[in-house]
Amino acid sequence: MPISTNRRTLLTGAAGLGAAASLGACANARVVGFDKSRKSLDIANSSEPLSLDPHKATGSWENNIIGNMFIGLTTEDANSEPIPGMAERWEVSEDLLTWTFYLRRASWSDGEACDAHDFAFAMRRILSPETLSQYASFLYPIKNAELIHNPPEGTAALSPDELGVTAIDDLTLEIRLEHPAPYLPQLLKHYTAYPIPKHVYERVGDEWVKPANIQVNGPYKLTRWWSNYIIHLEKNPRFYDAENVELEHLYFYPQNDVQAAARRVLSGEAGWATRFPSNQVEVLRRDLPGYVRVSPYLTVNYFSFNMTRPPFNDVRVRQAISMAYDRDFVASQIYRTGEQPAYKFIPPGVYNYATTARYPWAGQPLEERKREAERLLREAGYGPNNPLRFAFSHRNTSDNPRVAVVAQNDWNAIAPWVTVELRGVENQVHYANLRAKNFDCGDGGWIGDYNDAKNFLYLFESRTGAQNYPGYNNPIYDQLIRDSDVERDDARRAQLMLQAEELLLREAPICCSVFINSTNLVHPDISGYEDNIEDIHRARWFGIRA
Amino acid sequence: MLALAVRRILVAIPTLLAIVAAAFLLMKAAPGGPFTLERQLPPEIEQRMQAKFGLDLPVGEQLARYIFGSDEGGGLIRGDFGPSMTYKDKNVIEIIAEGAPTSALLGLGAMALALLVGGGLGVMAALRQNKIQDYAVMALAIAGVCLPPLVVGPVMQLLFGVQLGWFPSQGLYRDEFGLAYLILPIVTLSLPLIAIVSRLMRASMIEAMRSNAIRTARAKGLPEAQVIWRHALPIAILPVVSYVGPALAGVMAGSFVIETVYQLPGIGKQFVYAAQQRDYTLVMGVVLIYSFLIILMNLAADLMYRVLDPRTRTA
Repeated sequence: MPISTNRRTLLTGAAGLGAAASLGACANARVVGFDKSRKSLDIANSSEPLSLDPHKATGSWENNIIGNMFIGLTTEDANSEPIPGMAERWEVSEDLLTWTFYLRRASWSDGEACDAHDFAFAMRRILSPETLSQYASFLYPIKNAELIHNPPEGTAALSPDELGVTAIDDLTLEIRLEHPAPYLPQLLKHYTAYPIPKHVYERVGDEWVKPANIQVNGPYKLTRWWSNYIIHLEKNPRFYDAENVELEHLYFYPQNDVQAAARRVLSGEAGWATRFPSNQVEVLRRDLPGYVRVSPYLTVNYFSFNMTRPPFNDVRVRQAISMAYDRDFVASQIYRTGEQPAYKFIPPGVYNYATTARYPWAGQPLEERKREAERLLREAGYGPNNPLRFAFSHRNTSDNPRVAVVAQNDWNAIAPWVTVELRGVENQVHYANLRAKNFDCGDGGWIGDYNDAKNFLYLFESRTGAQNYPGYNNPIYDQLIRDSDVERDDARRAQLMLQAEELLLREAPICCSVFINSTNLVHPDISGYEDNIEDIHRARWFGIRA
Repeated sequence: MLALAVRRILVAIPTLLAIVAAAFLLMKAAPGGPFTLERQLPPEIEQRMQAKFGLDLPVGEQLARYIFGSDEGGGLIRGDFGPSMTYKDKNVIEIIAEGAPTSALLGLGAMALALLVGGGLGVMAALRQNKIQDYAVMALAIAGVCLPPLVVGPVMQLLFGVQLGWFPSQGLYRDEFGLAYLILPIVTLSLPLIAIVSRLMRASMIEAMRSNAIRTARAKGLPEAQVIWRHALPIAILPVVSYVGPALAGVMAGSFVIETVYQLPGIGKQFVYAAQQRDYTLVMGVVLIYSFLIILMNLAADLMYRVLDPRTRTA
């Protein structure tokens, strides 16, 4: 998913607003963010959900809510590792293409059975083009999924009935795949693979997700959704593991302003904030001892070079610009929560991917790199008589403008004849520009949707289309990714992806910047909260420390 | 009077349509769209999304569809504001209905307070013109206009919410609604209004006290209190009435700053978020409500004029 925590962040004006508002570290004396006697938890979530329908959701802040309401075939433990969910166990065929899931006996919150038919129905619905799901492409490894959802131009879409998902009986679900996908258990815990209550949907259609209609199979049920104000979930007594769910009420507040999120915790009105301003980490560590949680995250910030036009259609220019950028400074001085400089593209800690990829020049000191950059630029024909000028477009939210200034400074310092102009714009406009290739060099970020290197590398496949912002088009790269898709051996698959990543670093369609950490404020008396690379924390694991 | 009201309401319809058209075209002129996201949609899906909301049509047709609806129904003239383009599970009416009570209460409360306090202070300042009371009131008014709610809000929270603990400092109590939670926001919102109302009141009261009507009243030997309340005030209040109409519409349509500082669920916040996300239908919905309020309040102000000022009745 995109770095969406920023996508809906307020206008820059609101940053000032947040600062002003934080002057009055306010408290509503009656709200206790983590109320042990009422077993309730108030959560400062990063934004207002655009949808709570798992087939239409797109953001991590929506996942925070939806994932407490539904359980897929697999689900996540406190460490976000896949564990059996609605499926108690599964078998994989010899050719790795057919998976058979054996479901547990369980029910929806209204008592109706939640079974294999609900899963088959849900997967057909999300892939049906009428549903207008934006994330359905996650399920493309399933047989015929892509041909149903987004058929190649000129061919008619298949009917959703052709999907390779069959309810063999009430408790047995068979999923056939296009190609081996050893990461299927990772994928099936994602919200795109959640079941929806078929019996409710057949009665009320898309309205099924309204509080009055919704039935859930997970630990919590939606009781109130007040737009841009509060969402209230209550424990679902019919959840199969309800006896081990300790918290009774969850209240989610959309907190677009990251300062306000921290303030809500400071004032005791929230027991958990899903992020905090990283430049305040020292103050927060002092004022909220035991609350600050920082962890490596499946997120990389990178700059795209527009390869479809000069100057960045020349690999030497791209390399030079990547080289001269001081990511160490940005990682340590702009971000303050131990972020790692990115000398490679895929964040460390990705499942089954022990990467050794690194920029070839990663070991050299910055001064040397700047000299080398100047040499490369001269070689590419730039110099005092042919100065290099380009614009760096960035999002004007969060830390991005400050990063942009550092980058501009580094690049201007290569030589007096290098001039970089900054163009900060609103997120929506920025992405529109990137997609339209209306930029020279532009910032961006990527949060992995599931814990697999493929979820990062696919961005630069030529078939990815407009989202391949640099317009990178290398048949060798494409082939490596395709080969890795059909490779059955985990180690060999990792090897293929590693080659692709190394190619990416050499050809530099992008300049890797920083691996972002996840930041949370968590009441120290909440047990069962574990730091993890996906930054997914389900309330069913939370308990109360005496 | 009835004829005037009917005439004005009839004129309001084309005015509203013009506002709708202008706002619609302005929205369209902003770059990006509701589906310009970082994760690009598959082309097929994006086309379908565009088609669902009619965004693939020429702008003129989009506008026509928004106002008159399509074959499947909808359209403003049928009272349908359409589905929200970003909040996929809700339609515009639902979203506005969730936020409107808070914003309306805030606006009405703030204006009532402004009229009582601002009006009273203005009259007092006028009657004590160039005396210490006058200067004090005017100094307060200047401060009220100069200090934005952005500054006053947090200070009030700190003082009355945290230090003194008299009022809840922000938000409702989870999803519970109560007037007590709105007191501080109402006061904050009303301060600039009090300032403006008191200045207006003062100026027009001074003028009224010098008018022939008042001289006549005094010459008749009426007691001073009656001169002021029966004769001067109805004349002096006219400029205030014409200010209050549109201003009331403004505050009732929601205040982004107040709603953010006090964490309240109003439509002012919705409007700003919607504009950022290019949620065309939601933006249009709020614009419509606001314009409708403006027209309504202006009409109300004009009718009030007729009641208060005998001269306009014959004109």
